[in-house]
Amino acid sequence: MTRDRIELLLSIADDELFLGWRNSEWTGIAPFLEEDVAFSSIAQNEIGHARALYELAAAELGTTADELAFDRKPEEYRCAPLVQLRRLEWARTIARHWLYETADEIRLAALKASDDPEIAGVAAKIDREEAYHRMHAEMWIDRLLASEEGRARLNEAMDELWPYALGVLDDELRPELRRRAQERLGRTLADVEPIPRGVHEAELAELWQEMTAVRRSAPAGSQW
Amino acid sequence: MDARTQEFLEYVQSGGQVETGDWMPDEYRSKLVKFIEMHGNSELMGVLPERDWILRAPTLQRKLALTAKIQDEVGHAQLIYRVVEDLGKPRTACLDDLVSGKAKFHNVFHYPTKTWGDVGVIAWLVDAAAIVSQKALLKCSYAPYARIMKKICWEESFHILHGRDVILAMVTGTQEQFELVQEALDRWWEPLMHFHGNPIPADEDPMFLWRIKSQGNEEARQQFLDGYVPQIRELGLEIPDPALRKDEEKGVWLYTEPDWEKLRAVVTGNGPASQERLAFRRLSREDVAWVERVVLAEAA
Amino acid sequence: MIYEVFRQERRGQPFQHAGSLTAPDTRFAEIYAREQYGRRQESVALWLVPREAVREIDDFPDEFDLKYRRVDGYSIKTRLREARERAGTLETAPGAEE
Repeated sequence: MTRDRIELLLSIADDELFLGWRNSEWTGIAPFLEEDVAFSSIAQNEIGHARALYELAAAELGTTADELAFDRKPEEYRCAPLVQLRRLEWARTIARHWLYETADEIRLAALKASDDPEIAGVAAKIDREEAYHRMHAEMWIDRLLASEEGRARLNEAMDELWPYALGVLDDELRPELRRRAQERLGRTLADVEPIPRGVHEAELAELWQEMTAVRRSAPAGSQW
Repeated sequence: MDARTQEFLEYVQSGGQVETGDWMPDEYRSKLVKFIEMHGNSELMGVLPERDWILRAPTLQRKLALTAKIQDEVGHAQLIYRVVEDLGKPRTACLDDLVSGKAKFHNVFHYPTKTWGDVGVIAWLVDAAAIVSQKALLKCSYAPYARIMKKICWEESFHILHGRDVILAMVTGTQEQFELVQEALDRWWEPLMHFHGNPIPADEDPMFLWRIKSQGNEEARQQFLDGYVPQIRELGLEIPDPALRKDEEKGVWLYTEPDWEKLRAVVTGNGPASQERLAFRRLSREDVAWVERVVLAEAA
Repeated sequence: MIYEVFRQERRGQPFQHAGSLTAPDTRFAEIYAREQYGRRQESVALWLVPREAVREIDDFPDEFDLKYRRVDGYSIKTRLREARERAGTLETAPGAEE
């Protein structure tokens, strides 16, 4: 039970951590300045969610959120391959953003109904903030779909990321994601093999090297 | 100078403030655009030295604080370019001039960031130097610019807190961490001394003449030294200028004369990271150019 | 499009002009304003107004110096003194020692 609980907390926390880290790569170079500020807030919120989830897991494991976020080996992270991919161009960023938020909404709905009051509570809190992320994602999807060029770029990005998106959710929740994505895009998405959690893209190890470089430069337990 | 311009000059010199729709001499308008645009450029280019470290922040707290700081800077660029835009120069034109190397940005953003120590020194001391200048702009004769400076100064105060906290954690950490800070300070001291510009007398500075700035360069530098030299020294850090000391009688800081020729070279695109930064800005702008096209196509 | 943003710092306070922003439409503007002017909890409410909806009036002629509409139109000092002298209250009046 506890094992499963920790597994669950870490997999969602790792998703939020890596997506937050990836989205923060846009800070300072987003398509326009107003968007830059907005997208940076989204990245910060995701890292905030990761921290809240790590704290729950850390309390059981007798460690800290920072140690869980930074001090594991790359192969120990449970994040879905979707969030491991490095900074993508803008259409892919928006596609990933929408796919992730939609998958997350499905996942959070299940967690909010959990018997575990701590998990249900943190899921409800995260969901309230994610509502703004979804507003932002929907706005961009509408905007891209409204022009020929935007639609073409978005569709290409969606097709490319689709097997990754399916991998965010467990088997039983995938049909719901497919239903929502197809309805939103107004077309059928390919019947593909999901790229599931547990697969480690090369980009994960590269990012891990970078995100832990400063921290590893001092002995474990040093303050920063 | 015609009578109307003379009257305008006397008006701003006596503390009068100007709004966007008011009549203003062309000379004043072009000085404003030049000054404010450079400020906007600096906020935007100031993102890049720190941006590299967003991915390397060593704790979740530092990651969040650093991202938020850079976000603020982008927000400042947004506010500032809007002011420039209302004076007649569109944001795209500012960005064109920036990436082509025609427009300038502040000297400190022409230098590379080599370690996490730099992140602390920049957030603490570069932002402290900046806040000295920006606080003086609260009294700028151009009111729309003075007004946004309130929000900017308020946000900068968070940066200084964040920077000082980063530095404190490191100087109380391992010997290597302490040395990282000292080494960063050694490299950043010269750019910091350059920051407020060469000591031309205030009344020979056209930006002061029109009361765009409300203080002279040397006055700003003295204020920075007054505020921060003691704070640096109390941490056991050494400032790499043996001549630096306060003449208590005259109440002024004495220091080794910085190389002003070097400052001129740096801000005209010959700093150690100038070209790389501009190239990066150019490239990232090209990457997202289609977004504006798509967004505006539909909005039109 | 340019939007003017007004922010309220605390409930009950007036909305004050905060600045402006550029956005493709109102939906974008709402999200951008929320982040640009509220992310540090510095506002409890924002007003978002398309710039072209703002009508500025900045001419208030007063060719014949109609002072009675202004505070400086009432110079009560001399008459008050006279009234106090008549009533014999000059010594005890507020500020009498000056």
